[in-house]
Amino acid sequence: MDKIVEYLDEVTVRFAGDSGDGMQLIGTQFSDTSGFAGNEVNTFPDYPSEIRAPEGTLYGVSAFQVHFGKKNINTTGDFIDVLVVMNASSLKVNINNLKENGIIIANTDGFDDKNLKLSGYKSNPLEDKSLDKYQVYAIDMFAEIKSELLEINSSPKLVKRTKNIFALGITYWMFNRPIEPTVNWINKKFKGKEDIIEANVRVLRAGWNFAERNTAFKRRYKIEKSDLPPGKYRNITGNQAVALGLVIAAKKSNLPLFLGSYPITPASEILQYISGYKKYGVKHLQAEDEIAGITSAIGAAFGGSLAATTTSGPGLSLKTEALGLAVITELPLIVVNVQRAGPSTGLPTKPEQSDLFMALYGRHGEAPLPVLAAASASDCFNMTLEAARIALKYMTPVILLTDGYIGQATEPWKIPDIEGLPDLTPVFETDPDSFAPYKRDPETLRRLWAIPGTQGLEHRIGGLEKQDVTGEVSHDPSNHQRMVELRKEKIDRIANDIPHVEVLGEKEGDLLLLSWGSTYGAAKTAFDNLRSDGNKLSFVHLKYLHPFPENLGEILFSFKRILVPELNMGQLKTVIQSRYLIPVIGLNKVQGKPFKAIEIEEKLIELLNQKKAES
Amino acid sequence: MKTILDEIINKPHVGEIKYTPQDFKPDVDVRWCAGCGGYAILSPVQRIMPELGIPKEKFVTVSGIGCSGRFPYYMDTFGFHSIHGRALAIATGLKIARPDLNVLVATGDGDNMSIGGNHFIHSCRRNIDINVIMFNNEVYSLTKGQYSPTSHRGQITKSSPLGVLDDPFNPTSLALGSGASFVARGHDKDRQVLQTLLERASKHKGFAFIEIYANCRIFNDGAFDEFTNKETRDDTTIWVEHGKPLVFGKNKDKGIIIDGYTPKVVSIGNGKYSVNDLIVHNEKDSTLALIISNMTYNENLPRPMGIFQSIERSSYDERVDYQINEEIKKKGEGNLESLLLGDSYWEIK
Repeated sequence: MDKIVEYLDEVTVRFAGDSGDGMQLIGTQFSDTSGFAGNEVNTFPDYPSEIRAPEGTLYGVSAFQVHFGKKNINTTGDFIDVLVVMNASSLKVNINNLKENGIIIANTDGFDDKNLKLSGYKSNPLEDKSLDKYQVYAIDMFAEIKSELLEINSSPKLVKRTKNIFALGITYWMFNRPIEPTVNWINKKFKGKEDIIEANVRVLRAGWNFAERNTAFKRRYKIEKSDLPPGKYRNITGNQAVALGLVIAAKKSNLPLFLGSYPITPASEILQYISGYKKYGVKHLQAEDEIAGITSAIGAAFGGSLAATTTSGPGLSLKTEALGLAVITELPLIVVNVQRAGPSTGLPTKPEQSDLFMALYGRHGEAPLPVLAAASASDCFNMTLEAARIALKYMTPVILLTDGYIGQATEPWKIPDIEGLPDLTPVFETDPDSFAPYKRDPETLRRLWAIPGTQGLEHRIGGLEKQDVTGEVSHDPSNHQRMVELRKEKIDRIANDIPHVEVLGEKEGDLLLLSWGSTYGAAKTAFDNLRSDGNKLSFVHLKYLHPFPENLGEILFSFKRILVPELNMGQLKTVIQSRYLIPVIGLNKVQGKPFKAIEIEEKLIELLNQKKAES
Repeated sequence: MKTILDEIINKPHVGEIKYTPQDFKPDVDVRWCAGCGGYAILSPVQRIMPELGIPKEKFVTVSGIGCSGRFPYYMDTFGFHSIHGRALAIATGLKIARPDLNVLVATGDGDNMSIGGNHFIHSCRRNIDINVIMFNNEVYSLTKGQYSPTSHRGQITKSSPLGVLDDPFNPTSLALGSGASFVARGHDKDRQVLQTLLERASKHKGFAFIEIYANCRIFNDGAFDEFTNKETRDDTTIWVEHGKPLVFGKNKDKGIIIDGYTPKVVSIGNGKYSVNDLIVHNEKDSTLALIISNMTYNENLPRPMGIFQSIERSSYDERVDYQINEEIKKKGEGNLESLLLGDSYWEIK
């Protein structure tokens, strides 16, 4: 039977089910396969903070969203085109974000009386016409799989456990995705368990064939290949990218890596990845607390390692005193803060950008340090290298801000050629004749890195104020002033050593959209959409929050109005206003969710219309 | 993986490794108060350094905050005067990253038992190869006289004008209970013995903890007189020595027996008990170490001093290196290109 083939630019598919239904697994497979198929992909896992919530409940729903398409896939998708639901609760939790006339692929076996009761539906939505504005495919997946696996006599448990794979097969058919990558993955994953391999591969094909045979499935969709530069790609989360960034930064700086960290959501994965890198010579300490995480790293930095600590908001609070120590002892240190919604325990699994103030100012005394922010999952790799470069070149702690969104979201990453990455090798001081611990490089103002084990360089450092050059303890008033100024000047000079910000759109004019950190994706999409509609609008994205790029002021002064969307109550807005003495309009969201592009777009339209009304 | 750090680590020492205590005295004035117990600790430390046969550049002294925090400035080695309570955590990172270094932590009862308590118990547990000397003066001196976690109940201090309400930590029992492999106690009035303890601790592989009663002339003068004055100390303290019975007293006529699980003082040589009935100290017996350490605040028993425990156990830093080496042996040195490629990648041509 002929099926209609429709071409689409982009699609958002969301897989939703119980925590134990394997939604993260098929979501990952679908996104990897879409990468293989040559598309741009952006994904986000969305699971409850309960580890194994009771089956069938609303709060136990686990989901994985995949946004893929030909180009400009910078977010995980504002609205859902295809919603795959394994039970009634997962429909109820996700239906509001489904586009009108969107597709629902439902597993009817998850809509029995018990599931309906747990989800709070009074009647079965698959039967009561309440879903009429959507295209609904209600399939008894359990029965289909059972008959498929009858031949090989699989256990009922296996039948139940492969429902996700069946659903994956249907979506592969629907979007013309190759099944080979998943078949290969199954073979690798279940190596040695032939019965399980056979069952899974059969069920994957059965899902595909079910849709192919079934007359209700009339349409298939094609998404053209993206125009990506040649190279090797993989999907990567921000947390993975930070871990790899640390290892590669160590390689490029010719230093051993030391990570001191304490487990905290949503940053723990970085610690976990690093702990698996023993064969690369990486050392790590799962410390007794956040403070030991950073102070052990400071100890390792004193000893000549590339040292890092990774954490999330509450952990950064605990590390602040030690950050001051790293500032005054002028030791290189990378601090990664995977931000989450606060204050206090807040929404521990949800993202926010509300630690900017703390990163910039959250220390006692005058303790300036560089603050960077990654724009996306794959950008976490670049910015980790950048944090290492600045830390080593300027002998300073550096805070890198990511968040729970880009930390766990995936996107394709063009795997870099390690050789081609810049060399970060620092110089250890070895000459006893000219040595003084706080002698500075005249250009960067960095002090010398003289590490234990170097004969003739025995010296003491610490948290007490230092005499300029000699590093002896000093309480001299004018020396303190000088040292505070030197430490500030050192950080300020980094502005000359970071890339200028780039303006997209008009170089000057009425309205500038200014984003930072993970807001990049939604802001860029909103900007692209409005530009393609012919609006006059400009866009700047900031990755260096302290110091700001040298040309930022000049750019800001070239616009009448500036909109800063951020996942906080206006922290960058306040910083920009106080630094440049210009008004800034804020768009602030604190719901534990990233911006949708449409939210920024609507605000921009409102501002563009205001202008029109005025003129 | 070779790094530029290896060049520093493996660089041979130029010249003979031969020092005098003078070589460990930097050109600065020691600024502790006159009569401070710190002096009595500093000088034996400087005296034992030359004995160890280790190049001077391989020593690092780390401290936190308090009067003890100044210690690194008075040692002409690499030193790190850090922040309150964190010396052990800094030293732990340093030792893991640089097992070639000899790391000494100087701390106090406030720094180590209170604000740094968590790092202390975990360092004991890991058995990281660090030597810790804790100046115990039973008071916060640098903040001018508040009570500390080793102050005794009823002690009058600036922050306890009506007397301290809490009971003190017994630092050696805390160390033993947390898994420290070497635990000892000494005091500032017997430098010779202190030197022996320090030497033993320096040669011990693993976490070595020495609690040192250090008199604070200004804020808690005489706190340990009972145990340190020549007139009383033979009767109020007992020095435990490996393989020797627990004898004490001016005339060596008293000893400690074990009655059930309880140590008791008995007179020896009066017909009822002889030296053969006494507990014989065994540094390798961790149960005995705890029994001896727990004699500490018992008014009916002498205050125990000496090396309570010294057992062999692999240190954390050794285990870190072992795990890395074993993994490399098993899987070969990691290939960074394949690390970046991950489990599944694709190519766009």
